[in-house]
Amino acid sequence: MLRLDRVSKVYKVGTFGGKELRAVSDVSFNVEDGEVVSLIGESGSGKSTIGKMILRLISISSGAIFFDGMDISTLSGGALKEYYRKVQGVFQDPFSTYNPIFKADRVFRTIHEEFYPGVKGREWNEKLESSLEAVGLNPEEVLNKFPHQLSGGQLQRFLIARALLLDIQFLVADEIISMLDASTRIDVLNLVADLKSRGLSILFITHDLSLGYYISERAVILHRGCVVEMGSTEEVYYNPLHPYTRMLMACVPRLDEKWQDVEVELKAQQSGITSGCVYYERCQVAGKDECCATERPALRKVESDHYVACGQC
Amino acid sequence: MSLQVENLRVYYQTLRGDVKALDGATFSIADREIMGLAGESGCGKSTLGNGLILLTPPMRFVEGRVTIDDEELPIWDMERMDGFRFRKISIIPQYAMNAMNPTRKIGKMTSELLESRNVDSRATLPELERRLDLVELTRDVLNMYPIELSGGMKQRMVMVISTLLNPSLLIADEITSALDVSTQKAVADMLVEFRDREFVKSMMVITHDISILYQIADSILIMYAGQLAEKASTEVIIHSPRHPYTKLLISALPKVGVKYAERRLAGIPGNPPLLLDPPVGCRFRERCPVAFDRCLQEPQFIEVEKDHFVACWKEFERDA
Amino acid sequence: MTDLKKRSEILYFALRNNKLRIGLAVVLFFLVLTFVGPLLTDYGPYEYVGPASQPPSSEYWFGTTTFGQDVFTQFVLGLKATFLVGIVGGGLGTLIGVLVGFSAGYRGGVIDEVLNMLTNIVLVIPTLAILLIIAAYLTVRGILAESVFIGFTAWPWAARAIRAQTFSLRSRDFVDLARLSGMKPWKIIFTEIAPNMMSYLLLVFILQFGGAILTAATLDFIGLGPTNAVSLGLMMNNAVLWGALILGMWWWFVPPGAAIMAIVGALYVTNVGLDEVFNPKLREM
Repeated sequence: MLRLDRVSKVYKVGTFGGKELRAVSDVSFNVEDGEVVSLIGESGSGKSTIGKMILRLISISSGAIFFDGMDISTLSGGALKEYYRKVQGVFQDPFSTYNPIFKADRVFRTIHEEFYPGVKGREWNEKLESSLEAVGLNPEEVLNKFPHQLSGGQLQRFLIARALLLDIQFLVADEIISMLDASTRIDVLNLVADLKSRGLSILFITHDLSLGYYISERAVILHRGCVVEMGSTEEVYYNPLHPYTRMLMACVPRLDEKWQDVEVELKAQQSGITSGCVYYERCQVAGKDECCATERPALRKVESDHYVACGQC
Repeated sequence: MSLQVENLRVYYQTLRGDVKALDGATFSIADREIMGLAGESGCGKSTLGNGLILLTPPMRFVEGRVTIDDEELPIWDMERMDGFRFRKISIIPQYAMNAMNPTRKIGKMTSELLESRNVDSRATLPELERRLDLVELTRDVLNMYPIELSGGMKQRMVMVISTLLNPSLLIADEITSALDVSTQKAVADMLVEFRDREFVKSMMVITHDISILYQIADSILIMYAGQLAEKASTEVIIHSPRHPYTKLLISALPKVGVKYAERRLAGIPGNPPLLLDPPVGCRFRERCPVAFDRCLQEPQFIEVEKDHFVACWKEFERDA
Repeated sequence: MTDLKKRSEILYFALRNNKLRIGLAVVLFFLVLTFVGPLLTDYGPYEYVGPASQPPSSEYWFGTTTFGQDVFTQFVLGLKATFLVGIVGGGLGTLIGVLVGFSAGYRGGVIDEVLNMLTNIVLVIPTLAILLIIAAYLTVRGILAESVFIGFTAWPWAARAIRAQTFSLRSRDFVDLARLSGMKPWKIIFTEIAPNMMSYLLLVFILQFGGAILTAATLDFIGLGPTNAVSLGLMMNNAVLWGALILGMWWWFVPPGAAIMAIVGALYVTNVGLDEVFNPKLREM
């Protein structure tokens, strides 16, 4: 359904725009119909940038993104609006996604005005109520309120209900539960997983490995703008091959086992990326030779659904 | 006994009345114990952590007794507390790493801080340098500005400064939240090392991330809506909790190895009560799956097994 | 219940803020005087009504000029001109500032660069020089022309400020959500961003209003103002020109000067008061 083909995002920084900041470099991956893919990375990995590029909130510097075979980077005007009927996003901070001076259900009214101008009042209300019930909210309790009167979990569900109103095919979920409390997180997460049964495809962007494991079939591991490993969730989690992925798996705090004695060397600020592997500076794989420093390794197929970008693996 | 808290109540003053953010906390932390303080937003953990060391308006001290190393800690008296801060009790506040003065070199900031505490900064310099070596920061750090350091380095710097005078109790407020995974592990390991090397006697680690506590804490104290729910050793809290809230909370945490398709986890329906006018009796009553009529009375925080405290009538009944 | 409280919370503080009350009261007083004043006098502003250079008396409340004109009549009509300049000049300045600021702040990129350059140019133009040139060519000028001129030259600082606010609001998530809803850019600006800046826009207008009055008074005073109308600044100009200072005819230049000071001062005080009302952190409670 969605295909990213060597997508990059380059920002010009520094005085007079002399220097370049490559937020995303040559990223390629697919999301099939009815599939949940986790895009996992830490801060600065470029995962949110990719999400925004898919949603056309940021322009693409190079490469292309195809939705159902159509190149979306050239869409504008009416065609872009049609795209938004099929692809929507939910963001991290529920309280900043709503305009604080308006009531929360204004987001529904906007959809009504922009996408369904012909639908009359009663029919629209029915549609709205069924959407709200589909996300587990009681319409009487949550309509007609201001954002600060609702909880984070309710606000996120609202946004999912908004996306459902449009009958979308693809949802970009960018850290949607990281700002919620632990007891509500899992409910919203279950909701997102349930959406799969409606035929939705979901790109689940997160830094939390256990969430990725819970909900997705495939995982893409991102580091400093490059895909370092990707494949089925089972493969990536239980047989990580890239040194970065292995470090992630070893360092993430788990509830079922204690940290192994993994020495984590802490380095100072990382320098800007030049050529060569993005993980070169911190990589601890013995025998890393010149080629890791000068050549960026390409994504290589290791097993049927397991790809790694590493010169040493 | 490092820290003993008896019946501590701290409310927030607002235009609409007092928010009962911390309502009756009684617990203790032994020497060499790293206690994790966990709970969701609004449970009162930050109020407890910050109230112990800096009880400023809008926080209001209502009642309670706090002793540290058998000496009373006058948390309501700003001036007298000055003698204790940094020496007996110290804190790494939330967002500390971003709160360093950007226009001051770190060395200068540190020496100014020490002088303000009536400590000779020159005399403590060797110890400072030794600690910097321990946390793998080069001594050049003292000559740098905060902006030149990465997040992990700043956090370690703040840890060194906060523990320089070997306080008895260190309070760490959400110090791993904004860090990436590898730095998080390094910082958490460092906390344990500080305790092992006796730079601090005991610690209170405040966080919402229970998995970090599983890794480094000896015991965990779970709070809910301003009151204490359960305190026990880490193993017990994670694997055999007794309070209904703790049970539901632990089971709502996704772990690697659990897939939605295989086992669907459940959250806790409803929301925590507003603390402006909290409900009578047990505050978890309305969301609790096993609540009964006794729960209209507030349960005390009682030791039901050795070193295992719970505030739940159902559990008391079981033992009776 | 709670949303009512939020809305009327602003009103609550607004009605209780002393600076706001005093400021508004003063401005309102002069405004009322503008309407009521002409009804209290039968004379024209430049009409010869009585003995020259008379101090205030029960017949001529503000005395007379060296030409025997009634100062009170001039004063009251001058007030009207002052308010007109404030509204038209200030309003025009605000309008241009808003359009330029929103465009530059929301679009960014090339449009921002171009508008910034325009703003800087207008900022740097020596308005006095231009005005002198205009005065040389347009020997007959009215209040409207003056207001328009002020409006076209006073907008840069407003545009800058609005641009900065728009920049920061634009990157907020709710604007992204609006974009995802297929809204057109100007609709987003006016329905999502502007309402969040309402208090700021109000303050901008008030400052433009006061600034326009002050500028007009200055221009009138040095003789670059309208040629065919009465204004407070013009009164002061005439007063000085015809020796009121030397002859001690304080009633000719003190009322207009005091009125300008009072109105503009009151507007600035209102501004500070409104700031306190909208920004809870500044309240003295």
